[in-house]
Order: sequence, then C-alpha cells, then structure tokens
Amino acid sequence: MSKVEVKESARGLAFPYRIKFEDRVENPPRWLSPLLSIVAVVIALLLGALVIKIAGGQPWAVYNHIAKYSFGSLGVISDTMVKATPLILVGLACSIAFRMKLWNIGAEGQFFLGAFGASMVVLLPVLPEDAPKWLFISTMAVFGMLFGALWGFIPGLLKARYNVNEIISTLMMNYIAIEWNNYFIYAVWTDKGFQMSRMFQRNAWLPRLSDFAKRWKVFSGLTTHMGLLFAIGAAIILWFILAKTQWGYEIRLIGDNPRAAEYAGVKIGRNIVLVMMVSGALAGLAGMSEISGVVHRLQGAISPGYGYTGIIIAWLAKLNPLAVILASILFGALILAGREVQPSGIPTLIQGVIMVSLIASDFFLRKRVRVIRRVEE
Amino acid sequence: MDEERSENGFENVVSMRGITKRFPGVLANDKVDFDLRKGEVHALLGENGAGKSTLMNVLAGLYRPEEGTIRLHGKVVEFGSPREAIEEGIGMVHQHFMLVPSQSVTENILLGLKEPRFRMQLPKYNQIIGEMAGKFGLHVDPAAKVWQLSVGEQQRVEILKMLYRGADVLIMDEPTAVLAPTEISELFNTLRSMTEQGKSVVFISHKLHEVMDISDRVTVLRKGKVTSSGLNTGDVTRADLAHLMVGRDVVFQVEKSEAHAGDMVLSVEELEAKNDKGLPALNGISLNVRQGEIVGLAGVAGNGQKELAETLAGLRPVTKGRILVNNQDVTNKPVKLGIRHGISLIPADRTQVGTAPNLSVTDNVIMKNYDQAPIGSNGLLNMSEAENYAEDLKLAFDIMVPTIDTSVRLLSGGNLQKVILAREISSEPKLMIAVQPTRGLDVGAIEGVQKLLLAQRNAGAAILLISEELEELLSLSDRIYVIYEGEIMGEIRDNDINKIGMMMTGTRLEQIEGEGVARNE
Repeated sequence: MSKVEVKESARGLAFPYRIKFEDRVENPPRWLSPLLSIVAVVIALLLGALVIKIAGGQPWAVYNHIAKYSFGSLGVISDTMVKATPLILVGLACSIAFRMKLWNIGAEGQFFLGAFGASMVVLLPVLPEDAPKWLFISTMAVFGMLFGALWGFIPGLLKARYNVNEIISTLMMNYIAIEWNNYFIYAVWTDKGFQMSRMFQRNAWLPRLSDFAKRWKVFSGLTTHMGLLFAIGAAIILWFILAKTQWGYEIRLIGDNPRAAEYAGVKIGRNIVLVMMVSGALAGLAGMSEISGVVHRLQGAISPGYGYTGIIIAWLAKLNPLAVILASILFGALILAGREVQPSGIPTLIQGVIMVSLIASDFFLRKRVRVIRRVEE
Repeated sequence: MDEERSENGFENVVSMRGITKRFPGVLANDKVDFDLRKGEVHALLGENGAGKSTLMNVLAGLYRPEEGTIRLHGKVVEFGSPREAIEEGIGMVHQHFMLVPSQSVTENILLGLKEPRFRMQLPKYNQIIGEMAGKFGLHVDPAAKVWQLSVGEQQRVEILKMLYRGADVLIMDEPTAVLAPTEISELFNTLRSMTEQGKSVVFISHKLHEVMDISDRVTVLRKGKVTSSGLNTGDVTRADLAHLMVGRDVVFQVEKSEAHAGDMVLSVEELEAKNDKGLPALNGISLNVRQGEIVGLAGVAGNGQKELAETLAGLRPVTKGRILVNNQDVTNKPVKLGIRHGISLIPADRTQVGTAPNLSVTDNVIMKNYDQAPIGSNGLLNMSEAENYAEDLKLAFDIMVPTIDTSVRLLSGGNLQKVILAREISSEPKLMIAVQPTRGLDVGAIEGVQKLLLAQRNAGAAILLISEELEELLSLSDRIYVIYEGEIMGEIRDNDINKIGMMMTGTRLEQIEGEGVARNE
C-alpha cells in the first residue's frame, strides 16, 4: 500500500499534462503526410542554421544567399531547373520501384549506363554525324532508356528468379556502371588522352532556352534544356499509370502484400522485372538528358550522386510523381547553393537531416499524439 | 488495509466503475462496471468488438478511460502505462505474444527488470523460475529457447512473466484461440491452481463452452455496455449466455433445406502436391463437388487441407493428377484463369493472404475483378466505378467502416472476413473453396457467414468447406470427406461422428465397415 502513496505524492508534484502516443484506429488525415514532409524540411533548415551559428556564421545571411543564388533571378532559376531535371527523373525512378517495395538504389548506375547509351549514338556512331537533330535526340533518348532499363533488368531478373536481394545487387551494379564508363572514356573514346570523349556535335544537343534568344530576348543565357520537358512529361505519365491504370493497382497490391497479389492472380515475378526496367529506364533517361543537355560529352564527373539524392527525393515526395517535381526543385536549389556556400557543407547536411526527419516522421502516421491532463486525486 | 467488501462479504480485488472509453467514431466502453473477487476466474464474454479487450486494456494501463474510476483493494488507482499496472499487481497476457525467439525462457522473463543487474546468473534464475512454474503447473523448461517452444508453451512463458513480476490479477485475452485441445485443458488446470493460491483471473472469451467450463462468474458485454454483471456461472445455461451476448436467441443448428445437387463442378483426380518444405502433402486425392451442395473436408490441422485449397486455386503446383472445373482442365493453370473459371477461395489467413492491410476497403474488394468491366477496361482502372462497387458491397454485407477509404488493417476480424466474403461472393463463383471461414469470429458473425455460405449453395454454387470445427462441418455439409496425411479416408453422408473421428485418426472407411461386417458375422 505504501508504494501507492509514494507514487501519488510524486505525481502531485509533476507537470499537470503529459503526452501519450496511441495507435491510430483510423486513417491519418490526408494533409498529414505532406505536412510532415514540409516539417522535415523546416527542421533541416533550422538545424542547418544552428550549425552555421555554431561555426560562427550568420544563418540568415547564408540562407538569404542560398535563396538569392537559386531563385533570385531568371538566370539562377534556370540554373536551378537544370539541376532539378535529372533529379526529377531519378526521383521518379526511385518512386515507382519503392511503390512496390523494391529498394532500387541503383539509379546512380542506371544513370551512368543511360549516359553511356546516349553517347554511343554519337561516338560509336549509331547515326551519321549529319543526321537531323530530331533523329539524334530521339535515338539518344531511346538508347539511354534501353541501357538504363538493361541495368534494372539484371537485378530485377535476379530478384524474381532467385530472390537475390535487390539492395545489394543494385548497389554493386553502380560500381560496375561507373567503371564501365571509365573504360570507355579512358581507352576507347578518349579525346587526345584526356579522360573524356570529344565534344558532341551540335545536332546531338538538346535544345536550350538560349537557342531561342534571337526571337525572345529574355531567353538569352538561359541553359534550361528540353530535358525538363522530358522529366515533367515522365512525371505526368507515371502519375497516370500509378493512379489510373490496372498496372498501377497491381503495383500497389504487390507493394502492400505480395501474397495477396499472388492470390488475386497478379504475376509477381513479371512485375518485379517490369518495374525495375521502367525504373532503370527513367534513371537512364536522366543520364541521357544530362549528357545531351548539359555536358555534351561523355566524362567521369557527370553526377554528384544524383542517383542517391533521388532516394531522398522519392521519400520527400511520399512516392507521389507530381510531388517529385517540387522536391527536385528544392534539391536542385540546394545543390546549386552548395557551390555558393562551399566549403561549409551545409546543403549536404540539410539533405541528410531531411532524410532522417522523414524516416522518423512515419511514426506520426502510425501513432496519434495526445496531450492528457493528469487527473487530480 | 482498507479492503472493500461487497454486500455479500466477498473481497473485491478490482472494482471498475463507470468506465467510458471512446475511439474515433466508436464508443468502445459505455459506463461499464466490473468487479473482480479474490480467488475467482471471472469470464468477460462478448462478441468481437463488444469492448472486452478495451475494458481490460484500460485496467492493464494500456488505455486511459475518458470517464470512470478504478479501485484496487478499495484504493483509487490510475495507470499511465502497463508498467505502472504490473507494479500494482495487474498483468495481462495478450493474444499476440511478445517474446524474443532467440532467447531462453528465463532471459525472456527477466527482460526489462532491474534485477539481475549486470551478471545474468542464469542457473540461479532458472531454478527460481522452474520452481515458480512447478507451483502453478506451468510446465516449461526455463533454459529452453523460445523458438523451440510450442504456442502453448510460449503462452506459459507469458503467464510466468506476469507472475514473476508479482501479478495478483491476471488478465487473459482470448487465451484459447491459439491452443490445441489438450493445451486448453492444461491452461484451465493452471488457472485453477492460480486461483487456489489466491490470485484472481479475468478470462476474456467469446467461446461459450469454455466460459462454462472455467469461470466462476460471468460478465457479459454487448456493444460496449454490460448486459449482465457478475452472474454465477453455475446458475446459467449456454443458451442464456448466448442470448445475453448477441441480444437474441442464437440458432445453434443452422436451418438447411434439402440439397439439390446438380452437375459436377469440381472433380479432382489422383492429385499429388508438395508442401512448403518440399515434402509430399497430397498423396493421390480424389474428390468431387456438385452444383448446389456443400461438401465438407474434415481432418486434423496439417493433414494437407491448406495445400489442397492452394492447388485448387492454382497457387501451388500439382505434381501429379488432374483438377477439372466444369469439365475443363485447370491443372497448373495461372491463378487468373481459375478466377475466370469461377473458382473462388476464402483463404484461412485473412491478413497474410486474403487482404492487403494498408490498402483501402475499395482496393481490397476489387482484387479479383479490377481487370473486368466496368471497373477495368483497356488497361485503365475506373476508380469511381470501383468506389461505387465498394459502397454497394459495404451496404449489402453490412461492413462496419467509417468510409471505404479506410485501410483494412484497422478493421476487426469479423469485418475483415465480411470484406473477403463480399468480394468472393459478389463474383458469383461456380466453385467456392472456404477454408476455416468462421475461425476467430464471434457467434453472431459465425451465423452470418454460415448463412451466406448456405445462400450460395442454394443459389447453385458448389462449395468445398474445409474446416477443423466438426460442429460446423456437420451442420453445414451435405456430405463430408475426411482427410488424413494427404489422403482421403472416405466419404460420410450420414453425419456419423464416430466414423469421422476414426477416419480423422487414420482409419479408412472400408476398414471401419469391414470390421463392422466382420463383427456381425
């Protein structure tokens, strides 16, 4: 009995409210999931500010600077869009795979293979040097997607046939892809001994806004290229597939319960291979767009880890293809600003904190927070 | 000690007064009173969703009530967590065990306690726990790893965990649901020896015969309210309790019209298949089901019933033999072809196989016809058609959900089964394979499911009912096959329980009849 009394007196001194987490007994409200994404970004920015402050900087000035150099003028907005373009495509690549709980972290390798496939059209060459621009671009896009899809097909088949863990296989294949590219830029297509291929001829370049500067003056110096249209188009198509088609439903069903999907007659193995190929093709298209729209040659440093950033973007967008566009623009700005505020590393820190916050925030989708007033005896 | 004594001189260990607990859209407990006397087994009876588990979760500190008070030995208490409740001697054993498989029994019991501090001193604690187990007849080896234990033994570990933490009040949430019959009688012995030693037990159940067997008193809940409080079990009959529980007289015998068996729908010839471990599970099964009849398949669990159901639905490869549905060979054909031929399977496992837990009710009811007009056409999915369809089924089958967008993992067992039945029945199957369709459901829901199956039969479907509940098989089936180690022991048309019992343990019908003839001669 005495034990009870001790506890009660201790309780009397305690704060009159306490927080309790309960399992949700109904679906979380629709606005909660996007809100959590926004909160994750805000937390990341606040933590970033704290670090800048500790390091002796002025957080407000730094953020102001970042904002100015990513959205401050038409020119930098265009640069942000250039950065966002490959991110949208790899973000989509990760989203469709993650929808089926296929943890494809090989977007980076699929990106490099896509770049390789696109370069092949110019360098092998697949097309004569003076082929028309539309033919070059469409062939390069198809080759980029095919090679990316191939890089998704292999781990997909291994997973479907032998249940090989796709996390390991896709990660390993990233290294193969990068070394594969290195072999070609060092040995086969090297430009006078440099570790890069020759510059592509103009008709293999994606059209840029600045190409139309003669007609519309505002476009002069803007490097945003047609890859952005590819990316937005891909996002809309993917959204349609996931929300409005039977295939999208199958992906949802397999993602949630493969055994139920099998019981409903959905072919799981075939879908694993197919989704991995689509995922690879999207990442491959990102590689093509970067090669043909920005770099204009095949070289080593074509990706500052786009494939991995795509994973964070997919989570931030909660695997929604249209939200991937917004998340990619934010990350495009962060990458761009990274150059401006280097070497502080703050943008990378912010990316990391966003990822951690997002993973942690899933808790709130499962649990309900209640503030309870302690009842006085 | 300020003990509260009720009018007739019994000592109330726990008394709960006016407990009200709300969940969004549901009043789970509505001003519920509950008393527990020292040394009794008090059954808490009610249908699924009546609020039994909620009430006890309140007592065990898992939920906080919106209103009401709990007195323990006459003193008002309030628990913020299960840990606070167990400190006061109230322990609950949940339906789902919370044990670490790779650790020993003793390690599991000591987990989370302050003593032993750093050195585990396992031999010493093995002995202490062994003695405690012996005292209550909880036979389990303290040094055994949990993964090696049967479900019944794991339950004993959970009980020991609570006893070791000093529980005087033990709440058992549907403890028999996972147990084999022999384990149930052992559990009952344990509960009795606990009450003899002054502990009190709350026994949550919806199984009438168990309540009659084990409890001293019964409190019945219906829709969150007490319909009868603290009845002496000796003074009531099963029928009384059933009435209090569902609010109307339950017909234990289902009314069934004469079967009008028509054309052959399912014909299985010398079927062989392997189980998940690659060992033979079906060894030459032959059986048939006609239009408009329910054919039962009786047998002790694990004799090939699961594998048979899966091979019929196309989910498991056939190694030998044939399956004919309406004279078409569907052996080793894709699952989808079976669905198109009108084969419908109600799987035994509702959450692992029958539904996709995080998807909505809508997504779950269209699982079999998402690629059929009007919901699916030309590769597209018409979500508004799907939603209309789900709304219709929700009404027709009385599925209790706030909206059809609700994830099915939030549904109760009975409602989940309704979702599955709604989906399978609305596809107007020609052959329905129902595996344990009423397992874990309460009396009212069982009756509903059985009526639906009979209605299907009367509408001309061929139904293969695979069940381990003999009573259910006898009342629903027009004839019964008995399966033993992947072979059919024979077919019974006269509901002879003795014969079925012998066949379930491996005697062929010919042998039984042969002996009968021999004896007569």
